[in-house]
Amino acid sequence: MLDGTFDLRGYIDHFIAENNFRAMDRLAFLRARFAAGLGWIWFPTGYGGLGLPQNRQAEMNEIFAAAGAPDNNPTANSIGLGMAAPTILAFGTEAQKKRYLQPLWTGEEIWCQLFSEPGAGSDLAGVSTRATRDGNDWVVSGQKVWTSNAHRARFAILLARTDPNLSKHAGLSYFLCDMQAPGVDVRPLRQLTGEAEFNEVFLDNVRLCADCLLGNEGDGWKIATATLNNERMAIGGKFPGRESGMIGVVARTWRERPELRTSELHDRLMRLWVESEVSRLTGMRLQQKIAVGQPGPESSAMKLNFARINQELTGLELEMLKADGLVYSDWTMTRPDRVVMTGRDAGYRYLRAKGNSIEGGTSEILRNVIAERVLGLPKAPLADKDVAWKDIRK
Amino acid sequence: MSHFNMLDGELDAELQSSVENLMSRVCEYSRLIAMYDGDRSVATELWDKIRFELGLAGMLIPEEMGGVGLTAREAAVVTQTLGRSMAATPFLTSSVVATSLLLSANSALIAQMASGELTVAVALPFSTAPMGNLSTFSIDADGLIVGSARSVAGAIEAQTLIVPVLNNDGIALYAVDADSLTVMPRVSLDMTRQVADVTCQRVRGTLVAQNAEQMLRRALLIGAVLLASEQVGVARWCLDTSVAYLKERRQFGQPLGNFQALKHRLADLYVGVENARAAARFAAVSLAEGDPDVEIATAVAQAFCSDVAVLAAEEAVQLHAGMGMTWEHPAHLYLKRAKADQVAFGSAGEFRARLADLVDLRFP
Repeated sequence: MLDGTFDLRGYIDHFIAENNFRAMDRLAFLRARFAAGLGWIWFPTGYGGLGLPQNRQAEMNEIFAAAGAPDNNPTANSIGLGMAAPTILAFGTEAQKKRYLQPLWTGEEIWCQLFSEPGAGSDLAGVSTRATRDGNDWVVSGQKVWTSNAHRARFAILLARTDPNLSKHAGLSYFLCDMQAPGVDVRPLRQLTGEAEFNEVFLDNVRLCADCLLGNEGDGWKIATATLNNERMAIGGKFPGRESGMIGVVARTWRERPELRTSELHDRLMRLWVESEVSRLTGMRLQQKIAVGQPGPESSAMKLNFARINQELTGLELEMLKADGLVYSDWTMTRPDRVVMTGRDAGYRYLRAKGNSIEGGTSEILRNVIAERVLGLPKAPLADKDVAWKDIRK
Repeated sequence: MSHFNMLDGELDAELQSSVENLMSRVCEYSRLIAMYDGDRSVATELWDKIRFELGLAGMLIPEEMGGVGLTAREAAVVTQTLGRSMAATPFLTSSVVATSLLLSANSALIAQMASGELTVAVALPFSTAPMGNLSTFSIDADGLIVGSARSVAGAIEAQTLIVPVLNNDGIALYAVDADSLTVMPRVSLDMTRQVADVTCQRVRGTLVAQNAEQMLRRALLIGAVLLASEQVGVARWCLDTSVAYLKERRQFGQPLGNFQALKHRLADLYVGVENARAAARFAAVSLAEGDPDVEIATAVAQAFCSDVAVLAAEEAVQLHAGMGMTWEHPAHLYLKRAKADQVAFGSAGEFRARLADLVDLRFP
């Protein structure tokens, strides 16, 4: 394994000299990058990486960006890059890694995540989508929800129940699902903002081949946990500066609209400015911890900060704007390619921020995580422990 | 500055364990509580050990001047550890604030401070903010100092006081022997950092510096940075002690920690304390690195950490319930310290007002 002293710049300069991106097709260049280990730099050699420490990814991104080289447009495939790829790397067979990782990294194949269901939100292990064996194949039926990118995705990571006679965690398996297979029906899920960022995905006797199982039958919960732990690792990048995010939006309004200022709003603004800055510093500390390999449930603290501060700031901004706060840009259903929390108008930001304390773990669940896994307080007794999934009262 | 190291290193851990070790030997809660009944013996013993056994009194003084030559980053580890164990010492007032002031004034007193022989306090109310009004003494026609300062921290322990005096050129600093002025100890909210009223009735002082307003404000700023770490130490003790208590205390046939209402309160407090750690650490590193934004970092740390320490102490009392209200349990020591610290070097509100200027978010 290469260490932190590896001359990354020299290696990239050499690579660019051999692969002139200005004269090459973008995809060909990206495939060459992957082959040279200049994709996700901390992945092993042969799978798009060089086995370098993860904290050198940002350095590599900067070198390519400074050279003006194309990137893989990571925001378009955040679930693929942040969640599917590390899971496939960790649990996939050689054939699965060879088949899926390269086109995932280049962005040729977008991925989505088929985990949550109408009946399994915080209690994800309660999913009821069934996968049954049929010869060498699997046949999957059920309903998934809150699936971003499903309408653009080529593949999905899928959590399904393979044995309802076992307890809820034990009866799950993890699949790589072809989103173009017959029986996959993707429908937009309109949310309170008016737009549809997410989808509902109906699976009706979808036939998956034996190679679509990731890991062993019954490993679903273990692998899904690993996927969710990767969520926060997502994609490296520059550390956000002061006043980035929602506080920047509200501070700009304050500066540009002196006629809106009142002492009461000022007091709230300054409190939230301090909290935003402190939360940014906590994020800096957490990022440094992750870089030296000490990630953990502590990241829940950041998520709690983010959700609460965003919600308070967007509420403050709408009040500050008074008459302008009473109008809303557009209720027409649209399908945004990506969500910009600070985008559109104050009303949109206020409404969209309500999701911040729900998506990716509700604030209530995160408090349980901190209490039980960080502080070591007793775990809540579970009514469905050691009960066959089929016998749990639903 | 995203390259600032926000994590504890080996030196930090060593420093922390040597201070912790001393505290566990000397700083018994019963002796700290006795300070409220007039027995200050633990404070004397503790300060002697910090000065002469650990040699920390001169930690911020450069080695060539006889000190240890460490930075605010390491001093923050010390104040955090002292705060956590509720140490009753003039470290913050003498080894941090007075030392920083006398270093910038190139005072000859530094040599004696480096060895720990001399303990010094600045004759300003402990509530004075770096950007606040500096209450000053004056000088009469005979060149003698007159005036008073209320609620001065560290004055009781000091052999020398640095007295800010207003003259025609601005603020001058005079060193005055503690024996030649009046130090009147007050019954204090926090008896582990007892304050005193300092009065000069026509006393003679030795001139230390002229035009010293900026030096004085800088020394108070450094005090505010390191106070934030003390507040983190206070808050962490309150959190850890409350968590431990709720694991062990049983009611309704089960540990109190089973109840989700209490778990969520502790989780929220944990988030606050983690945030405070980052804010205090960033301010200390900004100071140590000479970052030009240190004033913003300090205001952020003080606007945040002082309220977290108070919240943590208030939660500790509430979560210990009946026990938390007793004289015997140490929770009240932390409550009193946290509340006094909230006022020290300026309140959270004063720092938010300062920030509004610093980051261009003024009202009106």
